[in-house]
Formats: sequence, structure tokens, C-alpha cells
Amino acid sequence: MQEDIILQADKITKYFHDPVKFKVLNEISFTINRGEFVTLVGKSGSGKSTLLYILSTMDSQYEGALTIVKDKVTGQKQDSLAVIRNEKIGFVFQFHYLLPEFSCLKNVMLPALRLGNYSRQEIEERAYQKLDLLGLKDQALKPSSKLSGGQQQRVAIARALINDPLIIMGDEPTGNLDSKNADVIFDTFKQLAHEFNQTIIAVTHDNDFAKNSDRTIEMHDGKIISTDKKFD
Amino acid sequence: MKKKSSKYNHSVDSEISFTYLVSQKKLTMVAALGVTIGITVYLFMTSMTSGFDRMSNDSIFKSSPQIRLYKDDEMSRPLVPYSDSNKIAAVVNPKVVPQSNRIVNPANIIAILKQQPGVQIATPQVSVSVFYNVGNSLVNGTSSGVEIIEADKMFSIKATMVEGRMEELDQVPNGILLGVGIAAKMSAETGDNITITSSRNVIKVMKVVGLFETHNSALDKTKSYINIGAAQQLLQEGPSYVSDVNIQIADYKKAAAYAAKFSALTGYKAEDWEAANATLTSGAAVRTILLTSISISILLVAGFGIYNILNMTISSKIQEIAILKAMGFRAGDVVKIFVRQAVMIGLIGLVIGLLFTTWLIWKVSHVYVGGDMGYFPIRFEWNLFLRSIALGMGITLLAGYLPARKAAHVDPVSIFRK
Repeated sequence: MQEDIILQADKITKYFHDPVKFKVLNEISFTINRGEFVTLVGKSGSGKSTLLYILSTMDSQYEGALTIVKDKVTGQKQDSLAVIRNEKIGFVFQFHYLLPEFSCLKNVMLPALRLGNYSRQEIEERAYQKLDLLGLKDQALKPSSKLSGGQQQRVAIARALINDPLIIMGDEPTGNLDSKNADVIFDTFKQLAHEFNQTIIAVTHDNDFAKNSDRTIEMHDGKIISTDKKFD
Repeated sequence: MKKKSSKYNHSVDSEISFTYLVSQKKLTMVAALGVTIGITVYLFMTSMTSGFDRMSNDSIFKSSPQIRLYKDDEMSRPLVPYSDSNKIAAVVNPKVVPQSNRIVNPANIIAILKQQPGVQIATPQVSVSVFYNVGNSLVNGTSSGVEIIEADKMFSIKATMVEGRMEELDQVPNGILLGVGIAAKMSAETGDNITITSSRNVIKVMKVVGLFETHNSALDKTKSYINIGAAQQLLQEGPSYVSDVNIQIADYKKAAAYAAKFSALTGYKAEDWEAANATLTSGAAVRTILLTSISISILLVAGFGIYNILNMTISSKIQEIAILKAMGFRAGDVVKIFVRQAVMIGLIGLVIGLLFTTWLIWKVSHVYVGGDMGYFPIRFEWNLFLRSIALGMGITLLAGYLPARKAAHVDPVSIFRK
């Protein structure tokens, strides 16, 4: 069966210049297919977060090439990158970064309002659907600051999903949560990948989280040491 | 920059800036209040300056014409240079050339001046130094021989009349309009006959047809208006004798340029009102600079208020800015969010400031200060309102744009990695 490649990294190399020049990433190359749930693991300082931010298009200071679907991302202008992020990538961070002045519903709607592919009413309906998917429909009109940490993280996932992105990227999405909430988030990701064919790339420290993903890329000192790590 | 245009434009940027504005009402109001105070001070001060200028110009134009054309005294050349060594050079002491200070053929010159574009009035005048005879003593003064109707258009004599009718001077050949100060010294009233003596020792009986009061005591105690013919008689001159031609032009601010032009045109000295009243106009210039610089500084302080508050907002929302950028908001969107916030603060402040100043000007313009001012010389001037709006919005935009640009350049990665 022909795999559907959604993201391709080709010899990505990055240096940090402060305090001294230091090679953080060393010719990283790999591909990710549609519907895969991939985790990036490695010790702290291994470059996994740095790599994720390059994949997310937010960091454009690197050598090598990054392709999302068939679109070469490397070298595009900041505003075009913003459009790519808006349309094709959803983010979930360690911290939820919801806008506290807005309701949960409005927070979820914001990226779609920016994109403008649907009318306001349609966006609202879609936002309700996403919140429903994450079991938060009844919390929709509450200010985002009034929710628990686990709920806030799920609102952040709904926000990441609103534009039906090609890829969801997570930077330690369960890092700030207790194990019960972390399990809920993990199950959500797994469900998204398997039932909705959603591609997910997540950086994690959590071995259980990584073990249960489809594939794990392990990094060490800026290099990939395994693209299909097996846990015992 | 958009790769494809979106189907809908939900103006999400203004929605966010509005939410930020409302969610920090106190800060918003404090910043707006700064703008209000800045605009109020600026507009009020400039209206006041303009009022003072108008008042001081009015009082200048009560006694001096916009442009005065006269024959200046000529000095003899101190040394006639002579290059021929065989002849003797004549050395002459500089002195005033003994010539009459009359304008030759005044009717012709007035006709020429009246044809010039921009000239509204050109009218002859004969000034006479006179003594008003009060019993045995003589009161020194000046009498202006004028064509009263034209002169009134220039000096607004009618507005200063307190007794009698100004127009009557035209009908009474030996009529005189007296300043109230002289009239009081002579106990003269309208209808009385008085005697005046000119510098050429001509004594003439004049009939008082009216009294005027300019509230300038130097004028009120010395000045009188008579017919130009009577003035010529007092100087023992014929009907073609004219010492000055007074000129009024459409825009008094261009008097200096016109004066130079008329000098060249007629060959006589043309002096504009600013040159004739340099002390007063330089005082006005100092006042304008002072008040304007104070009011602009206050407006700038208001700008710093907005700048500060936006900077605070941006620092406290740096993570939200980062997430907005991560979600695909462009640098331009971030600038819009914060500049709109600044503009809304500016507009709130501006509207309140303009309303407040309107009230203030209305109130102050009804304050009676007396003297020759009467009511406080301030009024609504739309060009000043427009200028305040432009300046207020300009400063607001700048004070908003600088922090907004900083916010737009936030690197989301550096925020998330902290």
C-alpha cells in the first residue's frame, strides 16, 4: 500500500549562537504519514522541542528543507507561514495558552474566524462540535479561566482542531496534568488518529504516552537514534 | 501577501482589541483621560492664543492701517564720491533734505493702488499736530483728516462712538469727532464749538459732532477726526495735499509682502502694520510660542500615557500574542489589534476632550473682563478643532504603533520555550 506522506524533513540542521555556537540538530531526516500518531522522545537537550518548533514553521532559522504535503515550507515569508499554520497545523502546548478574557467557545472559534472559510454561524456550530467531541459542550460559554487544568487543555485541543488541520503538533501536551487527565488527553489523541485519520506529532517525556503511540522517534544529541523505538 | 483570499472576513482583530479594551476598563479610562486632558489643554490654549492675537490685532487696527503709504524723509548723501583726481570732492554732512512730505498727485496714486489685486480700501489722510484750546491752556494732540466713511471701514470708528453720529462729519465741513479723554478735559459735548490751533498756527473753530472711546487712553486723550479739507486748511495747504495713503488688503497677514510691492510701485515708503507695531507683534509671537509649547508638551504626555498602557498590556499578554501568532495570526494582525486599541482609547479621550473644551470655551467667552477687552476674547474656531483632532489622533497612532510593532515582532518560539 502506497503511504500518504504528509510531512517530510530533509537534512534539517540548526545551530544555537548564544552563548557559543552549538549544533542542536544535525541533519535530521524523516517522513510522517497521514493518520500516524508519532511521539518524539529524548533526554532534555536532545533537540526534540527545537525540532518540533521547526516542523511547526514557527522557527525558520535552520538549514535543510521541510515539506508539508507537497508544499515546500522552507524559505517562505513569515506571513505565508502564518497562513500555513492557520490552515494546516494545530497546536497543543504544555500550557493551554487560552485567552482568559474570552469564553471557551470564542477561544475555539478564533483560528477559524482568522481563516474565514465559513460564516460566523457555521464556525460557532463547528466549535460546538469540537467541544462536544472533547466532552466540553456544557462548558462552552464559561470564561476559559474558570475551567480546571484538564478541561482547559481539552479546550486547547478543540481549538487546535477547529480548522481541520493536516497535523496536530503537541509540545508535552500532558506535561502539566495529573495522570488521570493525561490519560484523557492521550485517549483523545489516539481516537483522533485512529477514528478521524488525524496526524499527530507530540514531544513527550512521558514513557507511557510514547509507548502507546503508533511510532516513536528517539533523539540524542541532535541526532535521530531510532525512528521506530520499541518500549519493553 | 495572502495566498488566496478568504471567503469571509470576520474582523477578528477588532474583536480581540475590543475585548482587551473592555476587560481592562480602568486602564482604558486612565489612558483616555490623559488624552482628554491633553486635548482640552491644547485646544483651549490655542483658542485663547488665537483670541488674544485677534484682540491685539484689532486694537492695532483701531489706530494704524494695514499698510501706510507716505513720503519718507530723505537724507542727503554724506559723501559724493568723485574719482577724477583733478577735481575736488565735496563733503556734505548728512541731513534731512528740506522737501515737503506730501504725496504728489495723490488721486492718481490712489487710483493705481485701488486697481491692485487684493486691495480693498485705499484712502487719503492728512495728519495734523494740533492743540486743543481749553481756556488758557493748550492740550497737545493729533487730528486725522480723513474721508470718514472709508476711514470707518478701516478703523471701525463707528463701533467706538459713544455720543453723536459719525456720519454727520461728512455733512459738517468744520465738524470734529473727539476722543472722550479730550472731551472730558474740555467739558465738550456734542454740538459744542471748540477751538483748535495747528502747528502752522492756524486757529479754527470746530463743531463737535460726536465722541468716541477706544479704551486706549493714549488715543482717547489725544486723537480726533476731522474732514480732510479742514486738515488741509489747518496746514495751509491746497486740496491736493495728502500726507498718507492708508491701504487695507484682503489678508492682513500678507501686509509685509504687499507693502514691499506698493513701495516699488509708487516710489513712496509703504509701511506694513507689523513693522509699525513691532513691539506688540513680537509680544504676541512670544505668547504664541509659549502657550503652544506648553500645550503640545501636555499632549505628548498624554501620548506617553497610551504608550505606557499599551506596553503594559503587551507585556502581560505576551503569551497570548505568541499563541495568536502560532495559530496563524500575522504580524499585521497583531499590529492591528493593538493599534485599534490605541485608536479607540484616543477616540474616547478625544470626544470627551472636545466636548469638555466646547463647554469651557463657551463658559469663558461669557466672562466679562472689562477694559478694552470686554468679554474674554475666545471663540470657537473650527480650524483649531480640526487641528486638535489631527494632532490628537496622530500622537495616539504613534503611541499605539510603536508598542504594537514590538508585539508583532514577538518570536513565539522564544516565549513557549521559557
